Amino acid sequence: MSELRELYQSVILDHNKSPRNRGELAGANRRAEGHNPLCGDHVIVMARVARDQIEAAAFDGRGCAISTASASLMTEAVRGRSAADLKQLFEDFHQLVTTGVAREDSELGKLEVFAGVHEFPLRVKCATLCWHALRAALEGGEPVSTE
Amino acid sequence: MSFDPERVRKDFPILQQTIHGKPLAFLDSAASAQKPQCVIDAMGELYRHDYANVHRGVYELSLRSTRALDDARARVARFLGAHEREIVFVRNATEAINLVAHSLGERFGPGDEIVVTEMEHHSNIVPWQMLCERRGCTLRVAPIDDRGALRLDDFEALLSQRTRLVAVAHVSNVLGTVNPIAEIAALCRARGAFLCVDGAQAVPHLRVDVHALGCDFYALSGHKLFGPSGIGVLWGRAELLESMPPFLGGGGMIASVRFDETTYAPIPTRFEAGTPDIAGAVGLGAAIAYLERIGMDAIERHEHELGAYAERELAGVPGLRLYGTAPGKIGVFAFELDGVHPHDVGTILDAEGVAVRAGHHCAQPLMERFGAPAMVRASLALYNTREDVDALVRGLARVREVFA
Repeated sequence: MSELRELYQSVILDHNKSPRNRGELAGANRRAEGHNPLCGDHVIVMARVARDQIEAAAFDGRGCAISTASASLMTEAVRGRSAADLKQLFEDFHQLVTTGVAREDSELGKLEVFAGVHEFPLRVKCATLCWHALRAALEGGEPVSTE
Repeated sequence: MSFDPERVRKDFPILQQTIHGKPLAFLDSAASAQKPQCVIDAMGELYRHDYANVHRGVYELSLRSTRALDDARARVARFLGAHEREIVFVRNATEAINLVAHSLGERFGPGDEIVVTEMEHHSNIVPWQMLCERRGCTLRVAPIDDRGALRLDDFEALLSQRTRLVAVAHVSNVLGTVNPIAEIAALCRARGAFLCVDGAQAVPHLRVDVHALGCDFYALSGHKLFGPSGIGVLWGRAELLESMPPFLGGGGMIASVRFDETTYAPIPTRFEAGTPDIAGAVGLGAAIAYLERIGMDAIERHEHELGAYAERELAGVPGLRLYGTAPGKIGVFAFELDGVHPHDVGTILDAEGVAVRAGHHCAQPLMERFGAPAMVRASLALYNTREDVDALVRGLARVREVFA
């Protein structure tokens, strides 16, 4: 039961209930969709990029609490970062949700609430779907799938 | 013999365990059912004592394996009220449907129509879409009502002289709806259309007699029938199977092979290229023998009673929306819990030892019909008890606590 509490932390439940940056993004110039064929979930990630910097990011779509909260927190965490920063952050996030341990010196910050996901291997895809979509959006906008 | 669910439960070794410290409440038999000890033993015995390739060797072991395969075929035939010649072993219901789509489908062409229903599993949609693509046929979809029952009037209106084949599930894997196959068959016969029934979700729960149903093909999967995965059955009317070309070519399905001319074996082996899943067929035969010992009527009664109990209990769960309320439905309960995504429900139920499926259940058009991208599904089988249903309801209360 404590594992469940680890997974569904209050920050995650809060971002699920009141997602930040959900809906259209004014001036968005990057956009990609992500699908989880396992459950039919669907996320659209948008970003406004200028001089190699993510000025703002937003998302839309329907998903479980983990994927909704992950997208919400991600859109907050990536603001002001360069593509290279983002790559590192995604790597760190992936390590966090698969091992439960954050890399030393990582800049995950608030995103560390997702450490509990590693106890639920079937839910890793829920947490990473929006990240795959954001990366695709920055790289050229092909739809991505977690399969 | 009276039905004792506790005794039945003891026949399934996998159910005798705890998951995350809670007794396992397995409520996902519609995805795949668990196996009784006698099935596990029958397959082990074959491999330990009697295994060799079938139909080929002149030695004792090959003879025993051949007999075991023949016995399994005879058992499946009796179970469905059919003749052994009409029983084709395949991998699963999906392959059975693909076999019909490919082999019978060769006689269809542009202008011909195939009718499916809105409640079909992807396995009874995609093979027909692929056939339509290959042969230039048109796919038509018969609608269902809000309870999840086929709208028979609309279905009848869809049928025409162009309708060559109707493909319909006997029982819906999401809604639990039992379709009126005999009535559908009569409508098809009147138009000269073939009727292919996906029986995967029906055979574990209902007594099936293919002749009483009046269909032309009936497909089922062994793994949903308490047998192993990797074995399935296509039943087809003998005269129809005889008129159909082979599906896959290879060893076992031929009468003689020469480079200038190959002739095919009689049915059913014409449709069984390559070495069959011998142990799988033996396991399926053992599963059917097990069901016959208990009696399908007793199983049906038990599940009917437990289904009514589950429906009452679920109706009392705040914020629960049940999909599939057609009269006479079987114990499959697809639902949404207000404000909580089905995946989160599934994870929390798992922590309570309750195994359910969450997702689109390989029926995305049906999900779209009800405007739900995903649903939770709890499905009952003969080994389930009121305790399993109670564990589900307790688990759902826990979900509400976490998401309060």
